[in-house]
Amino acid sequence: MSDARADILHRIQSRLRGGPVGEATATALGERLRAHPRSLVPARAKELDRPARITLFIAMAEEVQATVARVARAEDAPAAVARYLAERNLPARVVLTPDPRVMELPWRETALALRAGVAHDTDTAGVSGCFAAIAETGTLMLVSAPDRPTRNSFLPETHIVLLRAEDITGFYEEAWDRLRAACWTGAGFAMPRTVNFVTGPSRTGDIAQKIELGAHGPMRLHIVLIDDAAPA
Amino acid sequence: MPGERVGLLVTCLVDLFRPSVGFAAVKLIEAAGFSVEVPMAQTCCGQPAYNSGDRKSAQAVARSVIEAFAAYDHVVVPSGSCAGMVKRHYPTLFDDDPVMQDAARRLADRTHELVSFLAQAPGTRIDARYDGVATYHDACSGLRELGVKDAPRRLLAGVAGLRLQEMASAETCCGFGGTFCVKYPAISDRMVSDKAADIEATGADTLLAGDMGCLLNMCGKLTRRGARVRVRHVAEVLAGMTDEPPLGQS
Amino acid sequence: MEATSRSFPANARRALADWGLQDALHTMARQGFAVKRAQAAARLPEFETLRGLAKDMKNEVLQNLDFYLETYERAVSAAGGVVHWCRDAAEARAAVLTICRTAGARIVTKGKSMIGEEIALNEHLEAAGFEPVETDLGEYIIQIRHEPPSHIVAPAVHLSKEQVAESFRATHRDLDPDRPLSEPRQMLDEARALLRRKFLAAEVGITGANFLIAETGSSIIVTNEGNGDLTQSLPRVHIVLASIEKVVPTLEDATLLLRLLARSATGQEFSTYTTVSTGPKRADDLDGPEEYHVILLDNGRSALLGGEMQDMLRCIRCAACLNHCPVYGAIGGHAYGWVYPGPMGAVLTPTLIGVGEAGHLPNASTFCGRCESVCPMQIPLPNLMRHWREREFDARLAPAAARYGIALWSFLALHPRLYRFVAEAAARVLGWCGMKRGRFRTLPLAAGWTNVRDMPAPQGRSFMSQWAKRR
Repeated sequence: MSDARADILHRIQSRLRGGPVGEATATALGERLRAHPRSLVPARAKELDRPARITLFIAMAEEVQATVARVARAEDAPAAVARYLAERNLPARVVLTPDPRVMELPWRETALALRAGVAHDTDTAGVSGCFAAIAETGTLMLVSAPDRPTRNSFLPETHIVLLRAEDITGFYEEAWDRLRAACWTGAGFAMPRTVNFVTGPSRTGDIAQKIELGAHGPMRLHIVLIDDAAPA
Repeated sequence: MPGERVGLLVTCLVDLFRPSVGFAAVKLIEAAGFSVEVPMAQTCCGQPAYNSGDRKSAQAVARSVIEAFAAYDHVVVPSGSCAGMVKRHYPTLFDDDPVMQDAARRLADRTHELVSFLAQAPGTRIDARYDGVATYHDACSGLRELGVKDAPRRLLAGVAGLRLQEMASAETCCGFGGTFCVKYPAISDRMVSDKAADIEATGADTLLAGDMGCLLNMCGKLTRRGARVRVRHVAEVLAGMTDEPPLGQS
Repeated sequence: MEATSRSFPANARRALADWGLQDALHTMARQGFAVKRAQAAARLPEFETLRGLAKDMKNEVLQNLDFYLETYERAVSAAGGVVHWCRDAAEARAAVLTICRTAGARIVTKGKSMIGEEIALNEHLEAAGFEPVETDLGEYIIQIRHEPPSHIVAPAVHLSKEQVAESFRATHRDLDPDRPLSEPRQMLDEARALLRRKFLAAEVGITGANFLIAETGSSIIVTNEGNGDLTQSLPRVHIVLASIEKVVPTLEDATLLLRLLARSATGQEFSTYTTVSTGPKRADDLDGPEEYHVILLDNGRSALLGGEMQDMLRCIRCAACLNHCPVYGAIGGHAYGWVYPGPMGAVLTPTLIGVGEAGHLPNASTFCGRCESVCPMQIPLPNLMRHWREREFDARLAPAAARYGIALWSFLALHPRLYRFVAEAAARVLGWCGMKRGRFRTLPLAAGWTNVRDMPAPQGRSFMSQWAKRR
């Protein structure tokens, strides 16, 4: 393998400039990596205040067939989840990601059958929190962790996400900044295994160009938006 | 600016098939206040060689065109593809010859497709009448290399009696593509058939465009299909010179 | 995949006569990706500016590709992953097979990967006794039909729902043969259930990568179905197939390209699932693969650097060029004869399988330029196709008749007096012969033209001869 590595790098270098990058260039490129400059951010997502971010997020999310329900307090989320499932005649049972911010809510005040942990194929609905959301495209940002298994966002037919309004950013670069800050170790920025950007429920157009939801991932994506600044 | 000298690059297809387009171009350019000359040393812009991969021949032909048209304030071309060849491609033909490259750039800067030239010239007055419903085909090179889209429509709006009926997919290629239409005739036929169907669907009695290659292609298909559509180069209508039979008719 | 690009003209004629395919292509033209892309681009005022920025960013990367690949490899290793550098398809296949054997794999689930097609991975996995299962619905459908993809984003776009149903009945034999399968919904539900079992049983999951990020050692996949995520999260081993030009410097740079990708491909603001993966699961993660391997493939890419075709390495495989190409729109993807169809295929295929095999592809274009006008990375596709024509011309690969014809024309063009003489003679003769009807139904030596269209007759004198008389 190291032969192949040396060979490929050698080919690249000889076609570009006859040798490795010069020291000055390497320094400059390294600087650029450290600085990770932003490119052009679409005006629609820039300089939005909190109410505008929320409005844009909801509009974009609903455009891609996610549904959004607003509650004023995190404590109201379990009831909102139970209501959502009942309204659609879906089984009243959920698997919760063992994320403390999800687990600490008053689930037992609902009549939902509860499980916590890694989702199984037999789970019909999964509830997770999310790290952030991006108003620009109505997208949720979920980040893997010891208490946040990735498959919970994909296996159950219904995926319900608890999103706090203050976690809605305007645009992607703001979300990356949040992640960099959250994942900063002494030595540098350490990405988690998986960062999922989720924009609406799963879909495909692969059969006769007709769009259908629920291809392999969830058929339904429901967002419970916890907005304590909203009028009651 | 009026008073300036224009060299007309008549193009091989106009020269061979439809000289009346060349005379219409002369009339329009003179009416806009320019004097027109036609250097006799011109033959072809070099596109056939260029697009066939014969770069050497393309360079040689480009050299002769650059030389023949060196003296004019403007070079005007009644074809989007030939004008595009000079403006967009000549400057890329002489990477290892800075003198020629500079000459090519200077020619490119002074070269204009006919309708664009008229649309920008302050002295242009369209004084023509054409009774009919016309649809306009946006030839690809003119459209995408030179941005020719609004100019013909704006000028045609000044033709009394003419109503413009846009076709679906006016910007879709007609399938000519130079040697493409004879190298891949089945695909070309499909493309020109789709174009003919779009033209017929407009109900227009007239088809206009700014490129002879496209016009020959579309006209040939329309007459083969028995369609009753008069096909002309847009210059003919703008110049009020529609006494000659339309393309493909006697 | 066995190439049939040599037979392009016959492939194209067959495609034009295939009514089912033509139906599918008309549906695409009427309501498909091109329509949606126009809407998405119109909705984002910054779209054109982003194209230029993306081009510049990617050009910078290519100029320093070695630096970024080394940076990328260090980051992958730091995250606990392994990079396997592979010069060609054979080395890539060998690397994948070794990993699968070591993992004791039986079932190997796959997300959509054009690299996988390029190296004919499935055939070799099967020959080695593994069961590769395509999980992207379109790829699954063509896998069970033993067909190649006809579009790089929507591989089964050429099929009717009846054809899909027929394939499902023929392949899913343990289901009730009388079950209804007339609607896409029914077929999707069937595939979902079946593939779910495969997702859960696979020991190895193989995905492609839309982008690789040097800064973090991450790979990004973009899907609408979520199949890529199930492929890469459930099995014990995750293998990423990626070619060397996929690397970008930072997360922010990837974001720039992501803003263009879905809009250009399907007209969506963003694909449903955009997933950034870095290394295997972390020590205390509840799920995720235990091994993360990246097959980093050259296979002809490095040969394009520093040359007149380098721009092609900016391609992000969005398929906008296919969706807007009138030639692709007339014949579909299979006619091109290999993995990559349309304008991008016309440029890339001769690089990968040789101009002798693929020489027709860059010639089957009118240079209408629509591909270049919609390419999010501003790749000058017609120019690149012309470069291939130049190489073919220099190597005398074009048919003799064409070469002599062009040589004759160029000779005349360089000798104005002789040209004048010939042109005037032709104008007069053809003008006189065509005088009565104004057009020719047949013309000697021009059967390619007159078989399907008339040739309008010249007016009878050349412009230049008339002008000479006037002035």
